[in-house]
Amino acid sequence: MINISQFNSHCLIAAICIFLCSPLPCRAKVDKVIIGSKKFTESVILGEIAAQLIGSNGAQAVHKAELGGTQILFKALELGEVDIYPEYTGTIRHEILATLQLKSDEEIDDALNQLGISITSTLGFNNTYAIGLRQITAQRLKITTISELINHPDLRLGFSNEFLHRGDGWEALKRVYALPQQNVRGMDHDLAYRALQADDLDVMEFYSTDAEISYYNLFALRDDRGHFPVYNAVYLYRSELSDSHPEIVEALKMLEGNISVDLIRELNSAVKIEGKSHTIVAAEFLREKFGITTSVVASPLGSRLMKATFEHLMMVVIGLFAGIIVAIPLGIVSAKKPGLGYFIIGFTGIIQTVPALALLVFMIPIFGIYAPPAIAALFLYSLLPIVRNTHAGLITISSEIQESADALGLRPYNKLLLIELPLASTTILAGIKTAGVVTVGFATLGALIGAGGYGQSILTGIRLDNYALILEGAIPAAVMALAVQFVFDLIERAVVPKGLRLKR
Amino acid sequence: MIQLHSVSHSFQSERVLRGINISIADGDTVILIGPSGCGKSTLLKLILGLIVPDEGQVLCFGEEVCDNNIYAIRRRIGYVIQQGGLFPNLTAAENIVLMAKQADWSDDIIERRLHELSELSAFETRHLKHYPVQLSGGQRQRVALMRALMLDPEILLLDEPLGALDPMIRYDLQVDLRNIFRELGKTTLMVTHDLAEAAYFSDNVVLMREGKIVQRGSIAEMINNPADAFVTRFINAQRGMAMGVNYRD
Repeated sequence: MINISQFNSHCLIAAICIFLCSPLPCRAKVDKVIIGSKKFTESVILGEIAAQLIGSNGAQAVHKAELGGTQILFKALELGEVDIYPEYTGTIRHEILATLQLKSDEEIDDALNQLGISITSTLGFNNTYAIGLRQITAQRLKITTISELINHPDLRLGFSNEFLHRGDGWEALKRVYALPQQNVRGMDHDLAYRALQADDLDVMEFYSTDAEISYYNLFALRDDRGHFPVYNAVYLYRSELSDSHPEIVEALKMLEGNISVDLIRELNSAVKIEGKSHTIVAAEFLREKFGITTSVVASPLGSRLMKATFEHLMMVVIGLFAGIIVAIPLGIVSAKKPGLGYFIIGFTGIIQTVPALALLVFMIPIFGIYAPPAIAALFLYSLLPIVRNTHAGLITISSEIQESADALGLRPYNKLLLIELPLASTTILAGIKTAGVVTVGFATLGALIGAGGYGQSILTGIRLDNYALILEGAIPAAVMALAVQFVFDLIERAVVPKGLRLKR
Repeated sequence: MIQLHSVSHSFQSERVLRGINISIADGDTVILIGPSGCGKSTLLKLILGLIVPDEGQVLCFGEEVCDNNIYAIRRRIGYVIQQGGLFPNLTAAENIVLMAKQADWSDDIIERRLHELSELSAFETRHLKHYPVQLSGGQRQRVALMRALMLDPEILLLDEPLGALDPMIRYDLQVDLRNIFRELGKTTLMVTHDLAEAAYFSDNVVLMREGKIVQRGSIAEMINNPADAFVTRFINAQRGMAMGVNYRD
């Protein structure tokens, strides 16, 4: 029984994958270079600089900003979903290629080449990790080095989720310095700065070029045991670019050695503290450094909203539609074959318990990044409410009605179509409405893997501490959820038989 | 027309029918009576193939009821239950003509048959467009009867068709129903728990108790020649109330 149900569900998922992929143009390999960046300001600035520089050389360059963390970006590069993205040598050695246990940065080149990926020389600055706290806290505790943390086991620590789990992150640090702290929480890097300010947190990890360190009067503890390696900033790019677009690689190499620690701190500060847009900061850098003028078009709110609405709606409509098409039959099977139904409902329930971010990441090897994995995840999440409600709607039909239909000599198919589904329609539609609202909300997470939508401005808003931007995503998302509800209310009027809506 | 040979059936390890033997001839009107839980309704469901017996044989029109002939047999039987079992998503008319549409009858013939049945069942045609929820209990049972009769079945099975109705409405329907039975002359098997109703409809009454047939005959025979003490007790229990009341002013 287990095997059959699993086999069936695998088949279904495979079928859906094909269905989902077909209407979406897979990335056409035209002369368009895609530059990715991670979801922190420095990466976005470096991505934008590369994009504008390459664009000014005549090539078509698109910057897909804030695609996610290291794992997502590197996978996307391997899969050819992006061609270039900024990275750090320490991250390559200790996170991406951690299993190879490389001894020095010199070995990185060869290891990456095996994967079809090339690397530039350092851009001129080392953005290492640092462990830090507020200056007043450091003075009060009289500590200047990481090893002195050992005497303060009650400190509240907050690290980015990536830092908590990466090879050179918290676990390794704790081992090297024998740190006793137990109160360690994972949180967004930008939010951690705010928590530190609000005194909700004592210690966090810094990127040494972060603009916040001087702005908030923070203090970086000395890495007295030399735990953190060097994180020289570089660009990673697909090796095939050297042959197909040597001019792009050349442009990229112009940046080597040209961005000092002070300069990148300035750029970070311009975006994060002064609130300038990263496109303008990148353009100013290119003008001052290389005398290159790039045309920067700031997109107005209206067109930003239009684009986000379209992206969001595409994800929701395709994901939900596929969900409806698959879930209603699954619900029918569950109601008719209780044994199989037990597994179907259990299986869709398990999917629901997979954390959203994990589900998105699981989808990347199959679908790459951008919208398809988000749509596939939305599809999976929409299954449970629809399957469960279809099942409930069908099994709660009274035995008198069931018997009457059978006794008349209606065949099972006609009974289902003429009697059972109409009677269950209210319940089924309620399930679809739930799925719709869930899907609209969930689709905001699509921005984590470059799918765009309303989540994009929410993410950027969180990163830049810009409430207007957060609301620019949150309000339309709420409106869309209401609109979805409204649309299905209209559909309900058309679909639910009049006899079920009448009251005596 | 209907024959049951040593039919036994259990439901959740409880014996509902024990070795039932019964034969109903063409055109007979037979009333099944007995205390609740005696297996009357189960017997009707066996004939329709809604339940498959654990032991024994059920024959309809000379054929044993099985998966191969089940849909054909059901279309030759009309079935009415206590609550009508009307489909709430369909109007009265849609309920009635559902199976005729399935059988690809032409609209003309369906329309004619619908009027014929409305007349027969004394159902006002203006209510045909109404949904079950808009109809009274009596109207619903008339619609259920029309639905059962639509395909002109040879057999009618009725499971307490009047059981849920108010006494006045019930009386009207009893009268109409008996006339319809007489007029159509179909083989009819009706379940009731009401002695007077049984006597009113037929002198071919089958009394059941705990899954067995106790006695078959007219109510008068049961009073005069009871098969055992239970028959007398069952009859007295129902007559007692009416006879015991003292109508002194």
